[in-house]
Amino acid sequence: MKLDCKHVWGYISDYIDDSVDPAVREDIEQHLEHCEICSAILDSTRNILILTADKRTFEVPVGFSEKLHQRLEEEMKQERKPGES
Amino acid sequence: MQGAEIQPHPFAAMTTTKQNEAETIARILAGEKELFHDLIRPYERMVYLTVFSVLKNETEAEDAAQEAIINAYRHLGSFRADAKFSTWLVMIAINQARQKLRRDKRAVLESIEEAVEQSTGDYTPAFLTDWREIPLEALERKELREALQKAVAELPDHYRQVFSLRDLQELSIQETAEALSMTPGLVKIRLRRARIMLQKKLVPFLKKTPPAHRGWFGRAR
Repeated sequence: MKLDCKHVWGYISDYIDDSVDPAVREDIEQHLEHCEICSAILDSTRNILILTADKRTFEVPVGFSEKLHQRLEEEMKQERKPGES
Repeated sequence: MQGAEIQPHPFAAMTTTKQNEAETIARILAGEKELFHDLIRPYERMVYLTVFSVLKNETEAEDAAQEAIINAYRHLGSFRADAKFSTWLVMIAINQARQKLRRDKRAVLESIEEAVEQSTGDYTPAFLTDWREIPLEALERKELREALQKAVAELPDHYRQVFSLRDLQELSIQETAEALSMTPGLVKIRLRRARIMLQKKLVPFLKKTPPAHRGWFGRAR
C-alpha cells in the first residue's frame, strides 16, 4: 500500500513506539526513504521526546526528598501501623 | 554475540525488582516500617511528575506528591502483590492531585474535554525539510529547558497527563491506561496528538537553537 504524508503523520507516534504492524512499518519506511518532509518530522519528534524525557528538563524541586523523608519519619513515629487507615 | 549472552534478560531484572519489592512490602507490614524509605526512593520523581502533570504548579505538586506518598504508606496493606507497585503509586498520585483540583474547584469535566477532543480532529505537524539534531548537552541552557517545560504545560490537560506518564516517566501504554483508567487505544490517540502538538510548537523555536557548545563565553547556564 502506498502511504501519503498525512497517513504517515498519523503513524509517527506508533512508529516511534515500535507498535505498528510489520507490513505498515515497511510502507512507512519506504515512504520515509524518499520523503524528506516526513523524515524531518519523524527526526524532530524523536529528538523532542528525548529532550523532554531527560531528567534535567523536569527536575524535582530542591529539598523535596529530604522534606518527604522527614514527613514520613514523623508519620512513622505516630505508631500507626501501615495498612491501617 | 558473546556480549549479549552475559547480559541478563531485562525481564529478569524486573522480576527481581518485583520480588524484592514484595519482600520489602511484607517486612514493612510486619513492622519494619523504616524500610518504606528505601522502597519509595526510586519512585519519588515519578510521583512528583505525576501530580505535577495534573496540577502544573511546583509548590502544589510538591505538597500533593508528599501527601500521595504518605497515603501510600498508610494504605500499603491494601496493595495487591500481583499488581505493579509503580502503577499502584501512580494511581494514588493521580487521585491525590485530582482531589486537590476538585477541592479547589478547578476540575474540568472529562466529558467536556472529550467533546473538544472529538471535534478538533487530527493535528498537523510543523513542516520542515531537514532536522539538525539538538544534543542532550544543549539542556544545560535554561532557555531550552524552559521552552520544553512551557510546551508540555500548554498541552491540554488530558493529553499532558498521558504524555507525562508515557514519555516522561516511561510507563508502558498498558500501565498508562491502567493508571488513568482508560483504554490503551485512547492512550495511543492522546499520545499521538500530544507528541505532534509538541513537535508543532517546539520546532520553530528549536530550529533557532544554537549548538550546545559556545565556548568559554557561551551562554550555557
